Amino acid sequence: MSVRRLAENQPATFAFTPENEAWAAREIAKYPPGRQASAIIPLLWRAQAQHDYWLPKPAIEKVAEMLGMPYIRALEIATFYSMFNLEPVGKYFVQLCGTTPCMLRGSGDIAKVCGDRIGPQRKVSADGNFAWLEVECLGACCNAPMVQINDDYYEDLTPESFGKLLDDLAAGRPVRKGSQTGRVSSEPEPGKGPTLLDPALYDGSLVGAFNQRVAESVAAAAAAAAQAKK
Amino acid sequence: MTKVLVDGKEIDVPPEYTLLQACEQAGAEIPRFCFHERLSIAGNCRMCLIEVKGGPPKPQASCAMSVRDLRPGPNGEPPAMFTNTPMVKKAREGVMEFLLINHPLDCPICDQGGECDLQDQAMAFGVDSSRYGENKRAVEDKYIGPLVKTSMNRCIHCTRCVRFTAEVAGTGDMGAIGRGEDMEITTYLESAMTSELQGNIADLCPVGALLPAPQSFRARSWELQKTQTIDVMDAVGSAIRVDTRGREVMRILPRVNEAVNEEWISDKTRQIVDGLKTQRLDRPYLRENGKLRPATWQEAFAAIAAKVKATPPARIGAIAGDLASVEEIFALKSLMESIGSPNVDGRQDGARLDPKLGRASYIFNATIAGIEDADALLIVGSNPRREAAVLNARIRKRFLRGAFPIGLIGEAADLTYAAQYLGAGPETLADVAAGKGFGDIFSKAKKPLVIVGQGALAREDGAAILALAARLGARDGWNGLCVLHTAAARVGALDLGFTPGAGGLDASAMAKGGVDVLFNLGADEIQIAPGPFVIYQGSHGDAGAHRADVILPGAAYTEKSGTWVNTEGRVQLGDRAAFPPGAAREDWAILRALSEAIGHKLPFDSLNALRVALYRAHPMFALVDAIPESPALDMAFLSTASPGKAAFANAVGDFYLTNPIARASAVMAQCSALARGRARQAAE
Repeated sequence: MSVRRLAENQPATFAFTPENEAWAAREIAKYPPGRQASAIIPLLWRAQAQHDYWLPKPAIEKVAEMLGMPYIRALEIATFYSMFNLEPVGKYFVQLCGTTPCMLRGSGDIAKVCGDRIGPQRKVSADGNFAWLEVECLGACCNAPMVQINDDYYEDLTPESFGKLLDDLAAGRPVRKGSQTGRVSSEPEPGKGPTLLDPALYDGSLVGAFNQRVAESVAAAAAAAAQAKK
Repeated sequence: MTKVLVDGKEIDVPPEYTLLQACEQAGAEIPRFCFHERLSIAGNCRMCLIEVKGGPPKPQASCAMSVRDLRPGPNGEPPAMFTNTPMVKKAREGVMEFLLINHPLDCPICDQGGECDLQDQAMAFGVDSSRYGENKRAVEDKYIGPLVKTSMNRCIHCTRCVRFTAEVAGTGDMGAIGRGEDMEITTYLESAMTSELQGNIADLCPVGALLPAPQSFRARSWELQKTQTIDVMDAVGSAIRVDTRGREVMRILPRVNEAVNEEWISDKTRQIVDGLKTQRLDRPYLRENGKLRPATWQEAFAAIAAKVKATPPARIGAIAGDLASVEEIFALKSLMESIGSPNVDGRQDGARLDPKLGRASYIFNATIAGIEDADALLIVGSNPRREAAVLNARIRKRFLRGAFPIGLIGEAADLTYAAQYLGAGPETLADVAAGKGFGDIFSKAKKPLVIVGQGALAREDGAAILALAARLGARDGWNGLCVLHTAAARVGALDLGFTPGAGGLDASAMAKGGVDVLFNLGADEIQIAPGPFVIYQGSHGDAGAHRADVILPGAAYTEKSGTWVNTEGRVQLGDRAAFPPGAAREDWAILRALSEAIGHKLPFDSLNALRVALYRAHPMFALVDAIPESPALDMAFLSTASPGKAAFANAVGDFYLTNPIARASAVMAQCSALARGRARQAAE
């Protein structure tokens, strides 16, 4: 996180589409009279979705007016939540998870692809298609490493598959959402390791197995050290 | 009442008390930054941590927990709080250390130094050194208006300013953008604040992040002489403290007066300071061959004496202006009586208020504190936000408690609370009186207020409107007629009976040339036609002085001891903080000297002697700080005429430029220009 400011170049006006206008009216009607301000996050969120995934100043003001609150109150919300993008993010906004599980599974390599293909963080790529940002955990650790592009998750990435994904998006070809390796949601990868159905998990044979493995590896290391000393 | 132990001392407190209030009642001092009695509770500075037995086993923010949340001990012992245990000491040191991590150590160049809560509390509750070696946080300074300078590195995010503008001022100017370490206090995209009370956030700021801009780098708090006095910028009569260094007024701060201004003052009250130094009349002037030239007191008096002696009493008149104190109006009245002229008037705006109808017909009968007891409000021909900004905050305070229908007749305006706009003129008022629409709600109210502005009274049908309003606000044992004055001198003048005597002319008749010699005591808002010989006595070279034939330099309100009566009829005594510049003198003394020169010597030689005479003639003025009892309003004497049709126009157009001192102030001019710009933008 760092200090977030509104973008320098702002559109002159903002207006909800008629469908979104109707949707907003329904959203506001959910709250009792005098409590319309409660609808601020859904409305800003919808405004952002309508406006290429970033929130311009006229949209913040428009939403504040719709809810009868001072502009500063709406600006507070928009700057507080990192889900509101205050600057243009290109056609596809790539949010790369960089938290521990993804990092262990190679999000650093994905970040490098982003850097090479798109450029520095928070900057829209030259072709106007992409911008990227490293974010905190997106909650798909089982399928690490992963990115969120606009509203969808793309998981089990490798630098190659991620590069291809970006190519496909840029070219407008259809892409597969979710896991890029073909597995369904977060089930085990085919042919890999014991699963929760492995009978050994339940017959007691694994009790103490971890401690035993640790003790063995410590003993082996000690023996190797003694060997080296000689 | 609940029994609690504070540091072993047993006290009884109401269950809704916070732990902090309970500790204070027991005499234990609790440090705090974010907590403020008149704002909502934020609980974010953590400085008020205390140890609690009968609550969670961790340091508790005492401002944010109430006594009723505590449980008694297993054997029924009362809950106990501790403010001096090692746990509390450690907690305070820890909080202080965190606060100081990002707070710059620039006290030597910080204007808040010497009156800084953080400085004081770091001395009292902090440790002597820092363990923090990294770079401090740096924050861009923000522009938030001409009255408050920011130095955002110093901000500790207590959010008092945010809560003040949202709750008390009602404009919601300030906010906190970003979050965590990057949180910043600012206005919307660094626009200027729009409140008339914005200066108060500099007082609320516990550190040097928000400071009064006009006074920046001018003075240290400990070198200032502090004088407690009364404000005259509006008719609220806010309690103020005037800080002077030598002969110079450096700043004006609010004092606490629960009955009047709580602890807020308007920006005009606060930032008038530079107006006290510019455009001052510091010597007498005499008009010769159409031009004013400096003169001596003797020359000026001689010129006046010659004119007065050559004029029959019926052709001599006097008008008192908006800032005059009771003492000088009394002196002027005595002088005119001695000359034998009935032509006196203290209502330069032409308000149709008459002391003969009784005091209850021209004061704010419900009292300012009484607004909080009211259950409905009708505003007639007034914009309280401009005419009495502090009083408006009181209305908003009542409004926020709910169940308070507010109707507005006159010019539509944003009053910082939701007011139902009913109409523009007297016809709407008559409809309400007849019980139509809003009148139906209003007639059911048990303690209704009818605030009548000078815009509704200073017109031909003023008396009829006053009568209509008085009948509308009357209930058994409750007089809801609230006349909102805009001039500090007005109620005092009416109390003195400074209105035309039998066959006398009123202010507008005199100004139109009904008299040959006109004594003008600081009335700058009235157009005086060519013709009369005008003696202007006042402090500033404003409209009145330009029209004058003789100018007698008087003292501004900070330079004299005087009595003012506020809009609710409260008699208040102001004290002298500085001396008038040059040859200028206190106004009662000028009148006393002049009276001798024209052969009608006034019977007092000192201010004390004047007050003795004043109190003898009008005992009510001796009841300082109280509202003298006045007989109930007798409806029978009120006008029964029906009002006209013209829409009401507010008495105050430009909040920042209502009197000669304000018009001389560059700061006020800047604020006024900003406000005009905003109004223009809103109109587009």
